[in-house]
Amino acid sequence: METGTSTIAAIATAMNPSGISIIRISGPKAWEIVNEIFCSPGGKKNLLAQKSHTIHYGIIRDGEELIDEVLVMLMKAPRTFTAEDTVEINCHGGVLVTQKVLETVLKHGAVPAAPGEFTKRAFLNGRMDLSEAEAVIDVIHAKNNFALKASMNQLKGAVTEKIKGFRDKILDAIAFIEAALDDPEHISVEGYAEELNEQLEPMKKEMQRLIRRSENGKILSEGIRTVIVGKPNAGKSSLLNVLTGQERAIVTDIAGTTRDVLEEQVRIGDIGFSIVDTAGIRKTEDIVEKIGVKKAKEEAREADLILYVVDSSVPLDENDREIMSFIQGKRAVVLLNKSDLVSCVGIDELRQAGVTQPILSISARMEEGMEELEQVLKNMFLEGDISFNDEVLITNIRHRQCLEEAQKSLCMVQQSIQDGMPEDFYTIDLMQAYTQLGYILGEEVEEDLVNRIFEKFCMGK
Amino acid sequence: MPFLEETYDIAVVGAGHAGCEAALACARLGLETVLFTVSVDSIALMPCNPNIGGSSKGHLVKEIDALGGEMGKNIDRTFIQSKMLNKSKGPAVHSLRAQADKQEYSKRMRMTLENTEHLTIRQAEVSELITERSVIKGVRTYSGALYHCQCVVLATGTYLNARCIYGDVSNATGPNGLQAATHLTDSLKSLGIEMYRFKTGTPARVDKKSIDFSKMEEQFGDETIVPFSFTTDPDSIQKEQVSCWLTYTNEKTHQIIRDNLDRSPLFSGMIEGTGPRYCPSIEDKVVKFADKDRHQVFIEPEGLYTNEMYLGGMSSSLPEDVQYAMYRTVAGLENVKIVRNAYAIEYDCINPNQLKPTLEFKKIQGLYSGGQFNGSSGYEEAAAQGLVAGINAAMHVLGREELVLDRSQAYIGVLIDDLVTKETHEPYRMMTSRAEYRLILRQDNADLRLTEIGYRIGLIEEERYQKLLYKKEAIQNEINRLEHTTIGGTKEVNHVLQEHGSTPLKSGITLAELIRRPELCYEDLKEIDEKRPGLSKDVQEQVNIEIKYEGYIKRQMSQVEQFKKMEKKKLAFDFDYSKVPSLRIEAVQKLNQIKPASIGQASRISGVSPADISVLLVYLERERRG
Repeated sequence: METGTSTIAAIATAMNPSGISIIRISGPKAWEIVNEIFCSPGGKKNLLAQKSHTIHYGIIRDGEELIDEVLVMLMKAPRTFTAEDTVEINCHGGVLVTQKVLETVLKHGAVPAAPGEFTKRAFLNGRMDLSEAEAVIDVIHAKNNFALKASMNQLKGAVTEKIKGFRDKILDAIAFIEAALDDPEHISVEGYAEELNEQLEPMKKEMQRLIRRSENGKILSEGIRTVIVGKPNAGKSSLLNVLTGQERAIVTDIAGTTRDVLEEQVRIGDIGFSIVDTAGIRKTEDIVEKIGVKKAKEEAREADLILYVVDSSVPLDENDREIMSFIQGKRAVVLLNKSDLVSCVGIDELRQAGVTQPILSISARMEEGMEELEQVLKNMFLEGDISFNDEVLITNIRHRQCLEEAQKSLCMVQQSIQDGMPEDFYTIDLMQAYTQLGYILGEEVEEDLVNRIFEKFCMGK
Repeated sequence: MPFLEETYDIAVVGAGHAGCEAALACARLGLETVLFTVSVDSIALMPCNPNIGGSSKGHLVKEIDALGGEMGKNIDRTFIQSKMLNKSKGPAVHSLRAQADKQEYSKRMRMTLENTEHLTIRQAEVSELITERSVIKGVRTYSGALYHCQCVVLATGTYLNARCIYGDVSNATGPNGLQAATHLTDSLKSLGIEMYRFKTGTPARVDKKSIDFSKMEEQFGDETIVPFSFTTDPDSIQKEQVSCWLTYTNEKTHQIIRDNLDRSPLFSGMIEGTGPRYCPSIEDKVVKFADKDRHQVFIEPEGLYTNEMYLGGMSSSLPEDVQYAMYRTVAGLENVKIVRNAYAIEYDCINPNQLKPTLEFKKIQGLYSGGQFNGSSGYEEAAAQGLVAGINAAMHVLGREELVLDRSQAYIGVLIDDLVTKETHEPYRMMTSRAEYRLILRQDNADLRLTEIGYRIGLIEEERYQKLLYKKEAIQNEINRLEHTTIGGTKEVNHVLQEHGSTPLKSGITLAELIRRPELCYEDLKEIDEKRPGLSKDVQEQVNIEIKYEGYIKRQMSQVEQFKKMEKKKLAFDFDYSKVPSLRIEAVQKLNQIKPASIGQASRISGVSPADISVLLVYLERERRG
C-alpha cells in the first residue's frame, strides 16, 4: 500500500516458454538484494560499486544452489521507470527458472509487487505524464481484478477450506482471550496458555504442509486453465489419463462415471496446463451427477481453453448441440474421439453445426493423435491465442508468503507462551496470522473479532 | 411577542458526562459558555452502573485527565472502592475501575461547574437550532428564549424522545423518570440530520436491608489504591473501602424468565430500538446462551448516602411481578425488596458518520456533538467525546487548529474514528480489542502521550507540564543508564539471579538485558544495581515497561509509522468521489456518504478495497499536479 519504502519485485515479461524473462526489482534495497544473490564469473564483483545503467553478466544463486545464468541491469534513481533504484534481471526464461529467480529475490528481502504497483509508483514519483493518469488507474484496476479472480479461482477448494478452518480456530482463540481481557470478572483465561499451545501445534504443521505443497505449485493451478467437456462416455477421462500418463480418473464404459471435477497439472512441451476433467454434460436426473454437470459448466465458463471431446462412434445428439452452442466464440479444440471405432460423425458435420475452432481426430484409448494435439496447442500458445498471465504466478507467491507469515506468527505466539508472557501478548501475533490468512481468501478483518466475541461470550454488566 | 435574548460564545446542550466536559473545556479556555440541562439536579448523573472505568474505559478516563478533563479528578474524590483489573496480564490491559458514590460524584461535578468562570448553567429544554446557510447561529428554548452563539455542542444523551419500558408499562421519560426532551429531534431532522433509535437498559435497585450477604462472595477493593488523575497524590486517597458482592442466577431464575418471555417488550416487538450486545438484558442472556446454567450477579452499592444496591448483570424490561419473582430466586435475594424497577430505555441519536473526526457536523458549520447522542454508550465514552467536542468548539471560535487524535495516539482516537467511520448498528462501547496499537496506548503512559497536547490547547497548567517534561527526561536517562551498565557474574549477582529463578551469568551483560528476561523486572535488580538513582514509582514503572516489552513496542511503533503516512494524506470534505474514474460503485457510494478526512480513514471504511485506495492515490496525485 505504501509508496517508496518497501522494495518490490515481479516478473516484468509475459510468461511464455520462449525467449527471455525479466524480473524487475524496485525500491531502496533493489541493488543490495541483487548483490547478495549475484555472482560474477570471477566471483568477486561487487554490484554496489558499479555505475548506474550498466549491464553485468553472472549467475543468480541461492546459497549453494545455482539457479540461472543471467544479465543484470543496474539503474539508479531517478532515471528509471519507477524513479526508484531498480534492477532488472534477464534470465533464460521458462516458467520454472523465472519463478525460482523471483523467489530468491523475495527470500532476500523484496516483497511481491501488488497489482499495478510499478505503474503506480512510476506515476506517484512523477515519472509519468498527467495525461497518463487514467491509463494508470485502468492498469491498477485491470491487474487487480485479475489478481482477485486468480486468487479466488486458482485456489483449490480443499485449500480454501483448510485456510478457512485455520482462521476460524484462530479467531476463536483471539475472541476468548479478548473477551476475558474485556470482562475479567466474568471470563477467566487461567490455564489457557497450555491449551492454546496444543491447538497451535497441529495448525502449524498443516500450514507447513501447505507451504511445501505450494513450493511444488500444488496449491494453485498454475497453468493455462483447461477444461475437458463432452457428453457422458465420450472419453474425457481417457484423454486426461493419456495426457497425464497415469490412471487418475475412473474409466469405465458406463456413462456418467466421473462425478467430481478432477484436476491435473500437465506439461505439454514447455507449456503448463491445468486440466480439469468434468462430469459429462447431459440432461440427467441423477442428483449427484446434476451437481457435477453444473460444476462442469461453471468450470468451462472460467477456463482459458476448452477441449471438447466428441464421441465419433455415435451420432450427434441434443447434448452435443448444447455443448456446441456453449463453446461458441470460446477458445477451444474439438477432438473427434474413438477414431479406432467405426465413425459416424465427421469434421464436415461439425463445421456445418457451426464449429469454427480447430478439429482433430484422435483415439484416446489407442493414444493416437496426441502429437497433433500437442502441435495445435503449442501453436495456439505461441501465436498468443492462449496465454499464461504472470498474475497467476505472482498470486501463488503472494499466497505462499502469507502462509509463511501466518506460520511465523503462530511460532511467535508459542514463543510468547514459552516465555511466560501474559495472554494479551498472544493476540497480537494471532491477529497477524488471522489477517495474513485473510489476504489469501481476499477477506478483510473489519468487525470479525467484535462479532465473534459477542457471538460466543456472554459479556457485560 | 417579547422574549429573552442573550449572547454567548458557545452553548452546550445537556449536562451529563459529555456536556460537563464540553462546557468545562470551553469555559476554562476563556469562552463565555452556557450549559443547558432539563434538570440542574441531574448534572453528571449516573443513571446506570455505579462505577467509572473498567477495561479500556479506565484508559479513556486517564486520557481525559491527561488532556485536562475533569472525570478523573472527580472520581478520585468520590469513589468508595477501587480496583485495578487484569493485574496479572500485560501492562497494556491493566485497567482501573472505581465504584462511585453516585450522589457525591454528581454533587462535586456540579460544584466544579458552578465555580468555573465564564460558565453559566441554565435549566431549560433546547427545542430548536438556529442556522443560517448551514452555519450555526444559536439555539431556542421551549420557553421561546433565544441564545445567540458561534458554536453549539449537542450532548443530549438518552433524553431525546426517550421512553422507559418494562412489561407493558411505557413512560415518555428520560432515565430515572426525568423529563425527556421531545422537541429537538424535529429541529435536527429539518436540518437534514439522519437519526437512529437506540435502546439500552438497567437493572433494578434494591434495598440493602433485604439482602442476605452470607450467601454471597465478598468482593474487596485493592489494598493500594491507584488514582485516575495524574494530579492526584496517591497518598491522599488511601481510605477504607466498601465491598461489592457476587452471587449467581440459577435454573429457577432462567425458568421464570423463559416462562414469561411473551410478556417482555423486547420479544413482543414493543421495543424497536437496537440494543447493545455487550450489555444484554438477563432475558437476552438466557435466550442467547441457553447452555449456561448460571450467570453472575454483582451487587454494588450506589453510594454511602443510601441503602440502594445495583444488581449488576440483571438488567431487564420484564414486568414488575416477573422482576420480583426472578430476582428472588437468586441466592441471597430470596426476600429482596425492589426500590426502583429495572427498565429498558429507547432514545433518539444520530448516525455518527455525519460527523468529522473533530466531532463537527459536516453539513452544519459550528455544530458539534458528543456522548450517547453520537450513538455511543457508557459514561467514559461520553466524557471523552464531550471533551473533544468542547475543545474543538472552542478552537473553532478562537480560530485555532482543531484537535484530532488518531488511532495511534489514544483510545479516544480509536473511539471517535470508529464512530465517524464505521457503520453503527448498536450503542458503541469501547473495547480493548478495538485498539490495534494498545501496547503503546497504555493507561500508565496516558500522561506521556497526551499532556503536551492538553498543554498546547490550554487546559494543562504550566507547572503540570514542566513536571511531565521532567518525568520524560528521568525515564529516558534511566533507560540509557540501564542499556549501558554492564555487570559481571559475581557471586552476589548470581545469588540474586538464582533467588528469582534466573540463570546465573557466565559473562558480562547489561542491566537492560536482565530486565528483558521473563522472570525478572526492574525492581528485582535493586540489590545488584549499585548506581541506581532514587526515582519515583511511576518513573520506575515506565522504565521497566519500556525495557521489558521493547521488542513488541518497537514492532507496533513501526506499524504506527506506516499508519501515519496514510493519515497524513488529507481529503477534502466536499470532494465528489463520483468524479474519480474507475472507482467501484460501492466505493463511490460509501466514500460520498462518509467523506473521510484522510486516505487512512478512507481505507477503514467497509466496502472500500485496497485497489480503490490505489486508484484514489493516483487520482489525488493528478489533482495535485494539475
